[in-house]
Amino acid sequence: MDFDLSDDQRLLKDSVDRLVADIYGFEQRKALLASSDGWSRENWAKFAELGLLGANFAEQHNGFGGGAVETMLIAQAFGRGLVVEPYLATVTLAGGLLRHCGVASLQDEYLPRIAAGEVTMCFAHHERLARYNQDYVSVSATRAGDGWQINGEKSLVLHGATADKIIVSARISGAVTDAGGIGLFLVDAAGLQRRGYATQDGQRAAEISFSATPAEAVLSLDAHGVIAQTIDEASAFLCAEAVGAMEDMHATTIDYMKTRKQFGRAIGEFQVLQHRAVDMLVELEQARSMSLYATMMSSETDAAERSRAISAARVQIGTSSRKLGQEAIQLHGGIAMTMEYKVGHYFKRLTMIEKTFGDTESHRARLVAAGTAF
Amino acid sequence: MDLSFTAEERAFRAELRDFFHTAVPDRIRRKLREGLHASKEEQVEAQRILNARGLAVPHWPVEWGGQNWSPIQTYIYQDELQQASVPSPLPFNCSMVGPVIAEFGSQVHKQRFLARAANLDDWWCQGFSEPGAGSDLASLRTAAVRDGDHFVINGQKTWTTLGQYADWIFVLARTDMAAKKQEGISFILVDMKTPGITVRPIQTIDGGVEVNEVWFDDVRVPAENLVGEINKGWDYAKFLLGNERTGIARIGISKARLLRIRELAAMEHVGEIRLIDDPKFREKLVNVEVELKALEMTQLRVVAQEKYLPRGKPNPMSSVLKIKGSELQQATTELMMDVIGPYVAPFFTEEELEFRNEPPIGPDDAATAAPMYFNMRKVSIYGGSNEIQRNILAKAVLGF
Ligand SMILES: Cc1cc2nc3c(=O)[nH]c(=O)nc-3n(C[C@H](O)[C@H](O)[C@H](O)COP(=O)(O)OP(=O)(O)OC[C@H]3O[C@@H](n4cnc5c(N)ncnc54)[C@H](O)[C@@H]3O)c2cc1C
Repeated sequence: MDFDLSDDQRLLKDSVDRLVADIYGFEQRKALLASSDGWSRENWAKFAELGLLGANFAEQHNGFGGGAVETMLIAQAFGRGLVVEPYLATVTLAGGLLRHCGVASLQDEYLPRIAAGEVTMCFAHHERLARYNQDYVSVSATRAGDGWQINGEKSLVLHGATADKIIVSARISGAVTDAGGIGLFLVDAAGLQRRGYATQDGQRAAEISFSATPAEAVLSLDAHGVIAQTIDEASAFLCAEAVGAMEDMHATTIDYMKTRKQFGRAIGEFQVLQHRAVDMLVELEQARSMSLYATMMSSETDAAERSRAISAARVQIGTSSRKLGQEAIQLHGGIAMTMEYKVGHYFKRLTMIEKTFGDTESHRARLVAAGTAF
Repeated sequence: MDLSFTAEERAFRAELRDFFHTAVPDRIRRKLREGLHASKEEQVEAQRILNARGLAVPHWPVEWGGQNWSPIQTYIYQDELQQASVPSPLPFNCSMVGPVIAEFGSQVHKQRFLARAANLDDWWCQGFSEPGAGSDLASLRTAAVRDGDHFVINGQKTWTTLGQYADWIFVLARTDMAAKKQEGISFILVDMKTPGITVRPIQTIDGGVEVNEVWFDDVRVPAENLVGEINKGWDYAKFLLGNERTGIARIGISKARLLRIRELAAMEHVGEIRLIDDPKFREKLVNVEVELKALEMTQLRVVAQEKYLPRGKPNPMSSVLKIKGSELQQATTELMMDVIGPYVAPFFTEEELEFRNEPPIGPDDAATAAPMYFNMRKVSIYGGSNEIQRNILAKAVLGF
């Protein structure tokens, strides 16, 4: 076991950290949130230039040839910067589905274009009544001539309104919550009915309606395993992103405690507050460890073992980020209640991460059903 | 000892409940039930309905519209008002500046301000906190300097709740620079239209605009707007905060939230079962309910002590109510987040929610769950943070 980064990984970390520091100032981000797409194509081009958009793609697909660790480093930096570009949607989710689907022609066609920043994508999977059941798919796929046709409604699709291409999960056969009978299809976004909106944390999402929408099959066999693998990788991404956000939130809180004076002294001199800051540190370290664990296990081929590990990480990080976030606000006092201060933005992002691809309770339930977290 | 309510108290409760449900429009109460805010106009409308019935300021002296109720009656009133999701009479008017004027103001002040405050003809805001003076309020630096028959005020207040609507602000300002911290402060009433006042709204993390910064730049205020004696403002501020010693736990509001949570959890499904039938969810819900019941009994005990305490003197036990009451308000917002699940994510402003043509996204109340969770982080910060409440208890009750 080796916790040290390789030279290449350190280089990647330094450059992505520098880029985020450079283009993600508080005011810069505020302007992004207010823009109509909610993110910047200019930033996207910079990500492409640095190789971030193909960080975990094979070199034959113009990728960086990296793996889960590279993705983790990027996610942490994005968490610190509260980055709003559709990285998770395009690279981790759509890119992940393409990487795992095993269809070389689609990989050759799309992965290099994703890596070059030429196309953005999203994964339309969640449905109104799914709650956190990944197998809930009622949207249907039926054969139409050489291709397929999609019908139904997808919901809370991350970055669904601006994506050029959409990968949609759709049912080919079976009942609405069957694990089998789900396929993956590629749809051109142009002409689709999409209702985009901002989310609480300044990201974007959309409701998407498919109505006899022509589609190309990505996997018309059983896509359950590919979907599970990809969503687990997305969860590992979110864990690392949460750790990045928590790190900065904690550091900001400590700095504030050292400078904010009440009753003639820095509030950090009150021992009762020092202990609270230390409890936050404990949460942060536990979260950091589980993010590493999730990263390590995200490419585990034993699906059951992988998903247990991911759920364990989500439970730890969901719990830690809630505690740490609430304490960060409390220890700041009124200032952290405003949109004009970074801590509140971290708090909102962490809260939404906790509700994405399963909340803490649903991941705990997965472990309870499995009988063990190990 | 008899721990049950008397027949009269029960009748009193029933009468109030009936009034709140029939006289205050459901259109307004529904907004609060669903986690939205009453608009300025709706707040005024609701308070005037209460005031017409003598229910806006029942705890004031009878002469100025009070009801001379027993502490238990006042408690029942608050409980029913909150459970019915009626907007509480504006606290700045009714629990803060009103009682101070009634106790320490001149006859002119009383006649000029009290009836208008009760009827929300004037909207008041509270100008206490400053950027450098939060928990340590007595370190405030806004200065009021006597100049003939005026005070000239300079300085900055912050976190001024709903100051953007206000006609008047009651300000703590330093009138003696040489005196010890608490001793050089005065309580002054300022018309928000006076030249030199600038208000800047601050957006809070729930996305609404609830607080403001207020600057005073050579603001000339008639000297007769001083309340009581010069340099005695700190005593009046303590009286003001001490007045709020039982209402602070907002138990009725938490009860209303729990009821709403039950309603929504009965509509939401987890797999084959309704969320309300999920044993894990129920366990969480019941835990909060138990704590709330305990707090209600504690509140009743504190209320019962009222008759032995001098008016306006703080009861340290109210700090127990503040700590637990704020934690439970926060806990209900987390339960609501659990109910709504992934649909806490879409963000819409309250105007968009009220006036949009498009259908809502997700279950009922989805759009208010996260903003409410974010916003309620404030209740353990303001009104004396929970850390300050613990300091009070450690000193006043435990004798450290
Ligand atoms: C939404 C909102 C609305 C408000 N509305 C109003 C209003 O209308 N009018 C008004 O005047 N004010 C208002 N306030 C201000 C509120 O009263 C202050 O926020 C509060 O007094 C805390 O002050 P602060 O925010 O400066 O935090 P600080 O006092 O700087 O405290 C920061 C942290 O240090 C802790 N701390 C400070 N001193 C000690 C100590 N001795 N021991 C242990 N811990 C300590 C605090 O508990 C807190 O956790 C509002 C605040 C909020 C958030």
